[in-house]
Order: sequence, then structure tokens, then C-alpha cells
Amino acid sequence: MLTEFGKVFAFILTAVMFVLIAVFAAKLIRPARPTKEKLTTYECGENPEGSPWVKFNIRFYVVALIFLIFDVEVVMLIPWALVYQDSGMLGFLVGAIFLILLGLGMAYEWRKGDLEWARPKITPLVLTKTEPPEEKQEKELNLGE
Amino acid sequence: MIDLIYLAVFLPLLGFLINGIFGTKIKNEKVIGLIGSGAIGISFLIVVGAFFETLSLPADQRTNFVNLFTWMKVGTLDVSFAYQVDQLSLIMALVVTGVGFIIHVYSIGYMHGDKAFWRFFAYLNLFIFAMMNLIMADNFVLMFLGWEGVGLCSYLLIGFWYDKDFEKSTTSAAGLKAFVVNRIGDVGFLLAMFLIYLFFDSLKFSEVFSRAVSFDVPEHIFMLITLLLFVGATGKSAQIPLFVWLPDAMAGPTPVSALIHAATMVTAGVYMVARTSVLYAMAPTTMMIVAVIGVFTAFFAATIGLVQNDIKKVLAYSTISQLGYMFLAMGAGAFSAGIFHLMTHAFFKALLFLGAGSVIHAMHEQQNIQHYGGLKKYLPITYGTFLVAAMAISGIPPFSGFFSKDEILWFSYTNLGFVFWLIGVITAIMTAFYMFRLYFLTFDGKPRFDEKQTHPHESPKLMTVPLIVLAVLSAIGGFIGIPEIFSGAHGNVFHSWLSPIFKSANLKLSYFGAHSHFEEYLLMAISVAGALGGISAAAYIYLKRPSIAANTVERFKSIYTTLWNKYYIDEVYDATVINPIVNSSRSFLWKIFDNKIIDGLVNGLAKSISIVSSLIRKMQTGIVQSYALVMMIGILLAFFWIILSL
Amino acid sequence: MLNNIQEFYNILPLIIIGGLILVSLIIEMYSESSEKILPWLSIIGFLFVGIYSLVEVGRTSIVLQNMLATGGVVNIFWLIFNITAAIVCLLSINYIKKYGAYYGEYYIIIQTSVLGMMLMAGAKDLIVIFLGLEVMSISFYVLAGFNRNRSSANEASLKYFLLGAFATGFLVYGIALIYGKATTTSIDAISLNFSALSGNVLFLTGVLLFLIGFSFKIAAFPFHMWVPDVYQGSPTTVAGLFSTAGKAAGFSALIVTFAALFGGPHGHLFTPYLSAIAVFSMLFGSIVAIMQTDIKRMLAYSSIAHAGYMLIGLASGNIDGVAGIIFYLAAYSFMNLAAFGIVSILEGKEETNLDLDSYAGLGTRSPFIAGLFALIMFALAGIPPFAGFFGKYYVFIAAIKSDLTWLAMVGILSSMISVYFYLRLVVIMYFKSSETEDKVSYTASEIIAVVIAVVFVIILGLAPGSFIDLVTKFL
Repeated sequence: MLTEFGKVFAFILTAVMFVLIAVFAAKLIRPARPTKEKLTTYECGENPEGSPWVKFNIRFYVVALIFLIFDVEVVMLIPWALVYQDSGMLGFLVGAIFLILLGLGMAYEWRKGDLEWARPKITPLVLTKTEPPEEKQEKELNLGE
Repeated sequence: MIDLIYLAVFLPLLGFLINGIFGTKIKNEKVIGLIGSGAIGISFLIVVGAFFETLSLPADQRTNFVNLFTWMKVGTLDVSFAYQVDQLSLIMALVVTGVGFIIHVYSIGYMHGDKAFWRFFAYLNLFIFAMMNLIMADNFVLMFLGWEGVGLCSYLLIGFWYDKDFEKSTTSAAGLKAFVVNRIGDVGFLLAMFLIYLFFDSLKFSEVFSRAVSFDVPEHIFMLITLLLFVGATGKSAQIPLFVWLPDAMAGPTPVSALIHAATMVTAGVYMVARTSVLYAMAPTTMMIVAVIGVFTAFFAATIGLVQNDIKKVLAYSTISQLGYMFLAMGAGAFSAGIFHLMTHAFFKALLFLGAGSVIHAMHEQQNIQHYGGLKKYLPITYGTFLVAAMAISGIPPFSGFFSKDEILWFSYTNLGFVFWLIGVITAIMTAFYMFRLYFLTFDGKPRFDEKQTHPHESPKLMTVPLIVLAVLSAIGGFIGIPEIFSGAHGNVFHSWLSPIFKSANLKLSYFGAHSHFEEYLLMAISVAGALGGISAAAYIYLKRPSIAANTVERFKSIYTTLWNKYYIDEVYDATVINPIVNSSRSFLWKIFDNKIIDGLVNGLAKSISIVSSLIRKMQTGIVQSYALVMMIGILLAFFWIILSL
Repeated sequence: MLNNIQEFYNILPLIIIGGLILVSLIIEMYSESSEKILPWLSIIGFLFVGIYSLVEVGRTSIVLQNMLATGGVVNIFWLIFNITAAIVCLLSINYIKKYGAYYGEYYIIIQTSVLGMMLMAGAKDLIVIFLGLEVMSISFYVLAGFNRNRSSANEASLKYFLLGAFATGFLVYGIALIYGKATTTSIDAISLNFSALSGNVLFLTGVLLFLIGFSFKIAAFPFHMWVPDVYQGSPTTVAGLFSTAGKAAGFSALIVTFAALFGGPHGHLFTPYLSAIAVFSMLFGSIVAIMQTDIKRMLAYSSIAHAGYMLIGLASGNIDGVAGIIFYLAAYSFMNLAAFGIVSILEGKEETNLDLDSYAGLGTRSPFIAGLFALIMFALAGIPPFAGFFGKYYVFIAAIKSDLTWLAMVGILSSMISVYFYLRLVVIMYFKSSETEDKVSYTASEIIAVVIAVVFVIILGLAPGSFIDLVTKFL
């Protein structure tokens, strides 16, 4: 009934079940006496400071995205450059259209001011409908300046 | 113009939409009336164009199809919005749009000042749209759509003055009665349609009819199908036993009675029998039943008509009676004679109703003929045209009714037998009598109303011109169907125009037996003499010796009250059908079955589904991780399936 | 590349939309009032492409080195996408102002998503399907969170993105497995060798994963979890686009990949999977929708149920089923768009007026809108003679033809359940008195958009045969 792969799958399944059953069995049997010390994150013996959810400045992402665009451009242009001689006019056009599209995207970003690092006019993002964040937080957000 | 026939169908719909949606905004009666009647007028012109184009074609190419779009298509069921333009549908379309246009124009005058003027025209246009679909359809489904559509419009228009009282109840109740009675007939139509699809695997007229001849289907199936179709026809065309709604339908405005309940919609049943004549020809038993019901209805309704005093009631019973004649013709296999009578009847009965409307208008909504009298001098045009119509319906040569009615009587004599002819002639005599009773009581003699208080006046031109046009048609309309014995070599023009439609039916129904011209002349003379006798009797009784009427009533009191109460048919129906159903519904169906069982089931089901629903919705936690987990479980299950099933 | 000028005409719709995006981008860059220009530019573009596709429907061809198909069913899909998008743009003109996201980019992203959909519908290669899917999906993620300042929108966008990426991962994995066995990504080549390939379990697993990826896009159970949250959080008009054109695009990709198998020996290979998710989607969507109090969530569950009905057509694995789905998609697109359009008209600032109770007394407050909405609810419930009835009718008939009568029965059962919550809205509108007497204010463009959609619903309901004829001609 089972195919060759089915047998492999059965093995995988057995392995997974083995681990799961062991973990659950342990959970059932073991004593549970949690203390504050036990529940803190293990950081090589140091006491943890603050929340692990550190906020990054959102503008790093813009840079990352722009990098991605040009990264892809390079990846696409190198194979194109290798066959460019053989493909003639059509190959040139294809490459040109590709570059124009990317250039347009770049121009759009530039024009919209996304490449400028400091934009003091921008009001901080308000993700909750409650009160706006305090002054201190705004400074924190602009750390990157 | 044949290709444009869909415009003739859809222009009235456009009129309905414009008046229906913007009617309250337009306000101006002239504009509304112009839109309403203009739509029908253009339709009429298109139909006329199509008629002449068809006329110019050779006789065997006169059936054309205009396919608009496919409506439903599943397997062998292929229903299209397609119109069949042939001799029969063109005649019907001419009558519907022509008479319809005249009545629309008349209504502008008649409905003047009504608070829902726009609604009236919107409904009328919708009615014409539905009627055109009914008669132009090339398949049963589209025909049924139109069939239901005209029923709906009839309901809406009977109860048009929904806030008015009518007899013992309201106009809405009258509309409801018409609607419910028609539903009974519609069930027959629907069942017949299912059977047709079952046995002939198509609902297209042309396919069904050719298969009806070629397929080997037993006769009792044909009988069942045609009987069911006929049940539908009795509902729509007010025949025994489903005729009770038509007298009540007179609650609607008079133009409605003229258009829907006299000239067009009620003839839909006749048209349907004529259209499916091939099926009827395969079932001789049904033909006989149709003839019997037709002649009996004709006689029966005429007797009631003898004693009624409401001007519109008399006309309503006369309509039922004349429809009986048409079914008699159908049953006798004289399909084209029936359609011919349908056409002439549309002319003179519409005229009679419109004339009655004019009288009612002049007499300030008084409808009792006992309170009329001597209106001749007040309403000269109405009087003249009414006289023409009365002559036509009584069968006085050379008015149109003479030719059509006489042809029916002749065919019932040759194809069915002497008895049918005899009842037909007696009915004709009664028709002449009650029609002229109505006429004399209304227009002749001395006024029986207070001339100081009521000042009858002739109606405006918008109403009288339509009367004159219809009077001309009623007078000369019969000449297109002059019987062979008069016209000689030309033959009956109307008959030869329609003959291709009924060819296969007539081939099946071959009637033999030689009848001499002498016989035909003799019968004709008898019926004309009978009609004249009926008229003179009416003149004698109601003009010279009114006491005779009173004496007769006294002497035959029981017969009179039976007739006056319409044979107590309504009461009988109430006692045997309606009350038992209402009572059992109330005591069992409503209180126990509906309240306890159905509601209990539905509520219990709804409640349990709600509980299930509130349980499952907890799955939706709003946490993305749990969503991904559910997806993952689904994927794993799918994996199990594919690995274990292969 | 383009072998001749005819090929250019065949892919002109794609080129026009692509050009439209670039032109819109330049306008957005240099114009101060781009949000006023772009909607109309988009509408004109969409309408032109839609009508062009319809006119050229008979010109079937395969272009760009077996990558894309044009004409026939593909053009019908293009027509649906473009008309839908045009209606969405028309609805959005006023809505995004109210919603607090009055930017011109909105329309550019809609154009991009339509380009992705059109690629999916025309694809002849799995890679093109993937390309189109990603172009569409990424645009959708952005559209869902278009108002950056609104937490619900951000939540919707993030959820959609995370789960979408998850599903896309499976899709790509599936394509990889298919390629691994078939050594090609050309759909035609794979369908041709399907009998030989179907013995291989990895190949079949690949196809299954591919199906799962799209089950997510069309919002079928159990890959539907994102739907209610995303529809609720995103702008209403955008939710309308997701549920109509987005779903249609997902089905178009399924149809282009699987239609070639139908009628063959393997047409019913995946019927168990498809019918299972169809049954669960229908029942789950209909049952859970009953308890919803938010109109957008209710419509979201109803859209899950509708995905189930459409899957019946796919499960039945015959040409009738495919034609039924395409009809259903067209009908459903217009019905749902009209419904979301009306919701967007009635929605107040800051996501108010979205619970069912705020529709109370609409019948007297705004009879016209209430009438339209009631009509749409009847159509969605599948009450004849509207388009919704015939959509269900065709897929059920297809199922019965494939001996899947039980599936059709479940479909009918689920339709009966769904009547409850559709008609409840009608009851609320007409029979429940409201506290306010406010008339609903709307602009001409919004109401025209809704009326156009309703007119399509009526037309498709009156002449379903013509549409089915057109579709079956090309299958």
C-alpha cells in the first residue's frame, strides 16, 4: 500500500511523534515550581535589561529597500551583459527598458523625499487610538539623526 | 422591420421605466401621457412595418425568428429571448398595439386629474410589454413569463384605486381574487410545460410542434398536456369553472377593463390554444371538451348578462360569453375563425367599454343603467359609436361581428353538430337582447335621473376620437374575413393568411361531409333573424312596455334571483372550496402545523446553527500565529491524504 | 520576442496597463493634485482595456515564447478584472478622502495589482503565474494598510502579509517539486505528460502544494483565517477589490493550470481535496457569518462561502464546471462590489456605521440605497432571477454531471443557511426602526459605480445563457 516515500514519511512521523510524546510526558510527570529567577531570559548570567523588543528607526528599512532594488539590478544586469553582444538591438532595448523602469522608481523615491534622511516635519506614527506619545518618545525615535 | 420587432416589445418597457421611475418628478400629465402612448404608438408602427414586410414575402417564408439573447442554457434546455414573427403573432401584435394605442390615448382624457396618473401609464405600458412577450415568444418559457406578467399587471390595475370600495369589499380584494384564480390556471400551464419538456425535450414552439407530429407519443399524453394547457387558458380567459374573477375585475378603471379584461389579456388563452393547435389536434377528446366548455360558458354568461344592471357588469358577462364563442371555434378546429372573432371582438368590445367609460364619466361615476336613459341627446358621439358596437356584437350584417360570429357558428355546425350550433344561436339571440337592453336603457327613452342635478356632457376629443376610430374598425373590420360564399374566387382572405400556421393541425383534423351553400345561407339567415328578433324584443320591452319586464321578473322570480345572483357561483365556491380551505388552514395549518411544527423546526434549527456558529467563531482568535497553525494543520491533513491515497 | 505586429496587438492590454502605471507614477511625481487626476486616468485606462479585451476576445494566441496566452477565456478574465477595478476606482474617489488616505498612489497600486492579475490569468508557465501572483499580492498588502495612521489597517496589512508569505512559500515549494520531476515549468508540457508524471508522489505533492497556495488566495477553508481580519481592517473599497478581482485572479490561475486536465483521465485526481475544502468553506462561511455583527466581517465570511461554491465547479472537473465558475466569478464580482460599494457609502469617518444595527431604518431613510442593497442581498443569497442564482445553478449542474450530487446537495444546504444572514440585513433595513433620521449623503460617482454593478448583476441574471455561450466557445 505505502509507496517508498510513504515509508520515509512514516519514519518522519514516528520521529516527530517520539519527540512530542516525550515532551508531553515530561510535562505531565515533572514537578513545576516556577520562581522569578527561573522565568527570566537566560543571558549568560547577566540580569536582563529592558524589553527585548527594540525599536529600529523605520528609515533603515527605506535604505534596505533601495539597496534591494539596486541589488536586483546588478543581479539582472550581469547575465544580460554577458550575452549583450549576441542579442543586438533587441537585447539593448530590453536592458534599456529595465534600466528605465528602475530609474523611474528611483526618481519617484527621490522626488517624494524618501532619500532624505532627516525629515523633521514628519509627525510620529500613532499606532494606537489612545493619546499621542509623549515628547520623550519622539526624541527617541529621531535618534538616528 | 421584422428584425426590429424586439423594439416593439421593449419600447413599452422603456415607457414603463421612464414613467415608473421619473413619474413623480415629471408631474405634467401631457408629458406622461405622451411618453406612455408614444411608446405604444411607435411599437404599433413597427408592427405594421413588420406586417407589410411579411406580407411581401412568399407564403412559405412568412415565419421569421428574431433571436435577442440566450436566457438559460443547460443541456438540452435552451431558452432564449427570441421572438417568432409569423402570421398569427403579427395579427395578435397588431391588435394589442393598435387597440392598446387607442386606449392609451383615451386614457389621457379619462384619467385626467387622477392623483396617480403616472402610475396608471407605467402599469399600462408594463402590461403591453408583458403581452407582447406572451404573443411574440418563440418558446413556452418566454410565453409563460409574459403570461405571468400580464397577470401581475392585471392585478395591479384592478386594484389601481386601492383606497376605493368595490361592492361588498375593496378593489384590492377584487384584484387579489383575479390573481389567485389565475394562479390555479397557471399551475396547469406550468405542469403542461414540464410534460412538454419531458416528452419533446424542448420548449421551443417550432421544435415541439414538429416533434409532436413525428415523435411516437401516446394520445393520452397529448390529452393530458392539452387539458393542462386548457386549465391555464380557462383561468386567463375566464371560462367555466375559473371565470369568477372577471366580473370583479371591473373594479379597475374603465380603460383597463377595455384593454386588459376585454380586448387583449383575456384572449391570451384563446391565443395559446391557437398557438398550440398542433397539440390539440392530436387530442380529439380535449378538442371536444374545449368546445363543450366554450359553448356552455357562452350560453351561461349570456343568461347572467340578461338581468345585470351595472353597465360594466353586463359588458363583463358579455366578454365571458364571447370568449366562450372563441373556444367553441377552437374546439371545432376552426382556429382561424376563432382568431378572427378575437380580433373583431377586440374592436367592438373595447369600443363598448370605452363608450361605457364615456357614459360613466358623463354621469359622475353612476354605473347603474336603471338610472340612465335618454342620453342620446347629451352624448351624440358616444351614442353613435356605441350603437355601431352593439350592432357588431349582435351580429348584424355587415358589421364585423356578423362575419366572425357566423363563421364560428357555421363551423360548429359542420364540425361538431347541430346542438352546438343551436346553443350558439340561442346565445347570439340573448346577446342581441341584453346588448340592446343596455343600449335602450342607456341612450333611449326618457331620462331616469334628475336632469337638474346631473348635467351629462360629451367627453373631450381625446376620448371621442378613439371611440370613432374603434367604431370604424368595428364596422368594417369584418370585411377582411368575408366568407367564401360571398367573396367567391378570392376566398376568405383572413383564413388564407393564417392557414400556414394551422396547416399541420388541420391536416390532422380532417372533417368530411358535404354541406351545400344553401345550408350555409339558411343558417346565416336564421342567426341574423334571431339577432334582429332579440333586438326588437329588447326595443319592445324596454321602450314600449316597460311593464313586461317587471311582470316577467315577478312571474319567474326564482329564475330571476338565480340569474341576478349569478347562479350563486361565488357563494358555491365560497362554501365548497374557499371556506373549507380557509378554516382548515386556520385551525390546523396555521395554529398547529405552521406555529408548532414549522416554526419549531425553523427556530430550533436556527438556534442550533447559532450555537454552532458561536462555537466555531472562537477559532478566529485574531492572533496570526494561531491562524498559521490552522493553515498548517490543513496542509498536514492534505499531505496525509495524498500520501495515504496513492 | 514580438514576432509580428499581431502579437503586439494581442498583449496590448498588458502594455497599456504597464504604461498606465509609469504615466501615473510620473504624474504622481510632478503633479500637486494627482489624487484628482489619477482616478479618472485609471478608470479610462481600465475601461479601455476591458472593452478592448472584449472586442478582441476571439483572437486566441500564445505569445512571448509560450509564456502567455491571450484571447478567449483569458480576455474574459481581463474584462472582469478591469471592469471591477474601474468600479473600485470610481467608488474610491470619495471614499479614500473620508478614510483619511487621500493619496494618488492608491490608484497606482490598484493598477499594479490589476497587472498582476492579468498576468496570472494569461499565464502559460508556472513562473509567470508566480510573477503575477506576487505583483498582485504585494500590491494588496500595501493597499490593505493604506492608511498608515490607523492601527486596524496596519494590523490587517501585517496579518495579510505574514500569512500570504507563508502560503506563497508553499506555492513556490510546490512549483519547485513540480519542476523537479517534470523538468519544465510550462503548463502545457506538464499537462501533456501528466499521466506519466502522476505516478510520482513528489510531483503530486508539488501539485497539491500549488493548490494549497491558491486555496489561500481564494480564501478557502482552512486557509481562510486572514479573510475576516483583513477585510475588516482594510479600506472598504479595497476589501471589495480583494474579494472580487483578487478571488477571480486566484481562480483564473487555477483554471489555466487545471482546465487542460479536465475531461482527461486525470480530471478528477484532486476532486477529494477540492470537494473537501469546498464543503468546509461553504458550511463554515455560511454558519459563522450568522453570528457576525460587523457588516464587513459578515461579507468576509460570505466570501469564504462563495469560494466554496466556486470550488464545486472546479471539483466537478468538467468544462461545464469551468464555465460555471467563470460565470459565477463575473456575477459574484459585481454583486460583492456593489455590496462593498454600498457599505463604503454608508461608512462614516473613523470606521463608524459598520455594525449591522446602523443599517436599521435604512428603508425609510434612503429608500433608493436600501432598495439596491436589498436587491444585492437577494442576489447574493441566490434568489432568482438575479445573477447569483444562475452562478450557483451552473456549478451545481456541473457537479451533478460529474456524479457529485452530494456536493451539490451540501451547496444547496449551505445556500439555505446563508439566506438567513443575507435576508436578516434586509429585515434590519426595512423592519427595524432607527434612532437617527439622517439621510445618507453620497456623491454621484459612488452611486453611479454601485448602479453600474447592480445593472451588471441584473443583466447577467437575465441573460446568463449568452455569457455561458461566450465562455464555452473558448473552452
